Amino acid sequence: MTTIGVLGLQGAVREHVRSIEACGAKALIIKQADQLQLIDGLIMPGGESTTMRRLIDLYGFMDPMREFAQSGKPMFGTCAGLILLAKEIVGYDAPHLGVMDVLVERNSFGRQKESFEANLEVTGLAEPFNAVFIRAPHIVSAGPSTEVLAMHNDRIVLARDGQFLGCSFHPELTEDHRLTKYFVEMVEQAPVVV
Amino acid sequence: MNTGTDRVKRGMAEMQKGGVIMDVVNAEQAKLAEEAGAVAVMALERVPSDIRAAGGVARMADPRIVEEVMNAVSIPVMAKARIGHITEARVLESMGVDYIDESEVLTPADEEYHLLKSDFTVPFVCGCRDLGEAARRIGEGAAMLRTKGEPGTGNIVEAVRHIRKVNAQVRRVVHMNHDELMTEAKLLGAPFELLLEIKELGRLPVVNFAAGGVATPSDAALMMELGADGVFVGSGIFKSDNPEKFARAIVQATTHYQDYELIAKISKELGSAMKGMEISSLSLEDRMQERGW
Repeated sequence: MTTIGVLGLQGAVREHVRSIEACGAKALIIKQADQLQLIDGLIMPGGESTTMRRLIDLYGFMDPMREFAQSGKPMFGTCAGLILLAKEIVGYDAPHLGVMDVLVERNSFGRQKESFEANLEVTGLAEPFNAVFIRAPHIVSAGPSTEVLAMHNDRIVLARDGQFLGCSFHPELTEDHRLTKYFVEMVEQAPVVV
Repeated sequence: MNTGTDRVKRGMAEMQKGGVIMDVVNAEQAKLAEEAGAVAVMALERVPSDIRAAGGVARMADPRIVEEVMNAVSIPVMAKARIGHITEARVLESMGVDYIDESEVLTPADEEYHLLKSDFTVPFVCGCRDLGEAARRIGEGAAMLRTKGEPGTGNIVEAVRHIRKVNAQVRRVVHMNHDELMTEAKLLGAPFELLLEIKELGRLPVVNFAAGGVATPSDAALMMELGADGVFVGSGIFKSDNPEKFARAIVQATTHYQDYELIAKISKELGSAMKGMEISSLSLEDRMQERGW
């Protein structure tokens, strides 16, 4: 059975676990770096990216997560998770994991009172997706290998770069599991690297 | 496109789960908190223990302090308004504060009514001691809860009492038959519809943090053990011997609250925690938890 990890340092961990299970896969909360060996794909949840980065460094997650990425296993970042994945961040000298070929800007829709929900047209989904944006980042530009899957007011909010999937919003806060399902399928179809 | 929906407000608190929210009184403390891994900061003029010591009327912080803190960090900034003080809350909302705490730590402005928090675009957090209080606050539109505990005492006993009580009452409601819920609503002073929602969800519909008396990494871990979604630390950090070390240690203890070897390690050589207070030494009027209705 496909096992998908949810980085469990902080944030909306429980919601992702519920969504993974609703898609028929096994979920594992990852609190120690050595647990990464047990999973086929990793979700980095919404939360505070600054805090998550501190904890990633503190618990020595950075190198094991980069190795995980190099092994070709799929990773999905939602909101803060997207910031962790991005190769470039507006206003910062260095990225976090720096594996997904996108430039992201933090808190780019404003502060909490500007946070919103909206219906998005998503490539590959028949019906619109109700997306919840909370102090959300957006993708300013994407590299040539990156496929843009959804836009909101001319801003890229969902994209895929090979094994990496990233979105500005929080699919885990709704009962709509279609994006999680999409990721579970990415994991199931990922080539096995020996 | 909709702003200020329940989903957006409650979702913001979901993102804070497993984290520590720290009280700060200036930009320097805010940066230290962010650096230590806080998920948000609460901008205040004085921490609760100083509010206690100062006496008099405690009000919303000077907007200059709130602004200074907002400019200093990229994590969310919260601020406190007095219970029922519509204008203080509107002022904080207009400044773009990310969350407002309608807080019993400040002197209440209204001794009968809380704010109608559903009227605001900014989300609110409120204190509670039992499920009735929790449900009334959610009914008014609170998107996040915290235990009241007894702020500024460095004594965890009241926060423990409150989280145990709320969680026991939630369990009771979840296991009740439907025909028992209306009487339970009457007894608790809770909106019936909310009890129904809790029964269906099997939990509170909003995040519930611990607050009011957390002074050590073990205190923070204990509250997580008892089912809190995260921790507010008020006076505990900047009233300790070494705020930077304390802040980091409390963040780690909250994330890994069942890793006792780790908690032992990070608790070594921390220096003294804030000086605590015996709750029974406080007269009823001096107990902040008695504020709110």
